[in-house]
Amino acid sequence: MSSIAQKLTGGDLKGLVARNGIFIAFIAAMIAFGIGSDKFLSFDNLESVVRSSAMIGVMALGVTVVVISGNLDLSVGSMLSFGTVMVVDLHDKIGPGPAILVMMACVLALGAFNGFLIGFVRLNSLIVTLGMLSAIQGLTLIYSGGKNVDIDPSTQDTTWFRVFGRGDIAGVDMPIIIFFGLALIVGMIVAFTPYGRRIYAVGGNSTAAVFSGIRRRRVVFSTYLVSSFCVGVAAIILGSRVMGSQNNVGQGYELLVLAAVILGGTSLLGGSGSILKTVIGVLILGFIQNGLLLLGYPYFAQWIVTWIVIILAVWLDVAAKRGRLLSSIS
Amino acid sequence: MAESAAGQGPSKLPRELGKGSSGWSSSLRWLLGHPIWAFVVIVFIFFSLMTDDFFSLGNFQNILVQTSTLGLIALGMTLVMINGNIDLSVGAVVALAASLTVDIMGWPVFESWGNLQILPAVVAGLGAGVLLGALNGLIVWKTGVDAFIVTLGAMLGVRGLVFVYTGEQSFFAMNFAYADFGASSFLGLPTLAWVFLVFTVLVHIVLSRTVHGANTYAVGDNREAAVNAGIRVGPHMMINFMIVGFFAALAGITLSTQMGASTPNLGRDYELWVITATVLGGTKLTGGAGNIIGTFGGVLAIGILRNGMNLMQVPAFYVLVILGAILIAVLFLDKQLNRQGEEGLRL
Repeated sequence: MSSIAQKLTGGDLKGLVARNGIFIAFIAAMIAFGIGSDKFLSFDNLESVVRSSAMIGVMALGVTVVVISGNLDLSVGSMLSFGTVMVVDLHDKIGPGPAILVMMACVLALGAFNGFLIGFVRLNSLIVTLGMLSAIQGLTLIYSGGKNVDIDPSTQDTTWFRVFGRGDIAGVDMPIIIFFGLALIVGMIVAFTPYGRRIYAVGGNSTAAVFSGIRRRRVVFSTYLVSSFCVGVAAIILGSRVMGSQNNVGQGYELLVLAAVILGGTSLLGGSGSILKTVIGVLILGFIQNGLLLLGYPYFAQWIVTWIVIILAVWLDVAAKRGRLLSSIS
Repeated sequence: MAESAAGQGPSKLPRELGKGSSGWSSSLRWLLGHPIWAFVVIVFIFFSLMTDDFFSLGNFQNILVQTSTLGLIALGMTLVMINGNIDLSVGAVVALAASLTVDIMGWPVFESWGNLQILPAVVAGLGAGVLLGALNGLIVWKTGVDAFIVTLGAMLGVRGLVFVYTGEQSFFAMNFAYADFGASSFLGLPTLAWVFLVFTVLVHIVLSRTVHGANTYAVGDNREAAVNAGIRVGPHMMINFMIVGFFAALAGITLSTQMGASTPNLGRDYELWVITATVLGGTKLTGGAGNIIGTFGGVLAIGILRNGMNLMQVPAFYVLVILGAILIAVLFLDKQLNRQGEEGLRL
């Protein structure tokens, strides 16, 4: 093996495959879809895939931060419904700027409530956010009175609010720019700042983190603020793109987003994972959907493939860590 | 008290206090040991006083039928969660079983079978549920991947199967005896209520009086110790996944008998409601603790709240907020009462 190849693989091809299985699968799938359909690798198609994944992607960024710190957030789907309904409803009443500010404040308050219960009261994150899933869904319906909301059709083409979902910069669609921009910022914070290292420390070994002087409560609290902020951004994109909203628009997203995070290779145990991995996971979900459609499979076939891919991806990861393919459970 | 010593966990102490004594004080102690039943009693009294229609036999029957779907799945979920696992795919299995059953009974092969054509359809629906449960269990056992992830994948995948199988269409039951069954009564109670009650008693006996039940607590309490005690943990967990799969399929079938039809979106979000009911009933996500009496209380709490608030003409929205608040409140109380549960869930 040449020295460059050795450097790349660390002299251990098997370990490389195990560590980067998801990247390899990603590239293999891209090649397969590219061969199977001549439209797949066209710029327009790739752009449309990334654009349609952008909203789930933005939410997944926040959820990744929560998961790295060793917790879960199942309330993001309801929160997306809440934020979208609110920003769309307020748009005509108080104008786009204030609508965005009020919505972000409300969503951050919900995130802070999650963070307070999980960080400071130290309740189980799965159940707290499950309860919040239900409660926020109810809040959304109470707010809207059960009716769908939309932005006045006469202003839909003139309001600057349309820029977030329908605008573009130099031909690149705005949702894509927001997704990659936010991914870059959150990714840098998580990977390169002391705060980011604290998140990994809390998720990796909570007790050790506390003994080394990390304020665990504050760190956990802050991860839910990040998560709810990302949901708020996703709500702006969605509201701006659709110019209206149903009350249950985010229903089921909590688990879809989590699937993207897991697919990327972030462990639910906490302490590992990265924003880059999540971006890859989100794109894989998007490309599976798009590729299968282009190959002529029914829309819902993507979910069956996602099922298989998620389990294989995590299995590979777990197997690489224990050094054996099958578990030792008797 | 029907609980065996296997009913481990923090709620053991008040329950033992309740043993031996009698009358009001023991009932009160029992309620303190099962906080969800205290809540059920309170909302029961509240709605009886606040509405004219709540306190009637007909309405109680309604509540039982309305909650039977959630309740059946919660029975299986209790076993899986005591094991320290979880099953997020139950909602999708509900839709799959309902679609399969309603579709298969209309197959031309069974045309001459009369009402008997329902039989192979129901067997196929239940079989699909058990099979998917077995698949989930096998994957958890052999790969060592967390049940949360395995069943999250299955939740998406099985829902995809349903949409592909049904071509995104609703099916209508061609045999009217099927829908008649959903509306029928037996000995003064709706048949579906009987189904729910009988299975509740059955699973309670399995969990509290059998070796399998004792193993369920042992595996959830300390998996390593269970292995050392000679329990084959893998197959044991697989059986519990098959049980929850069976109940999810049964719930799908009972739900479709009520409608005389199936839709591919049936059972959406059920996994979350079922987990809510089970956790309200005192089952720990960490495993090792929980029982069917609590789960039955959790299911009734949700049923009574929905029904009572509906009768009070409170919009359904508020029920969602109140249920979410109660779930968090129960968790908070539980933590205050049992400090040893400090660490919480570590998936």
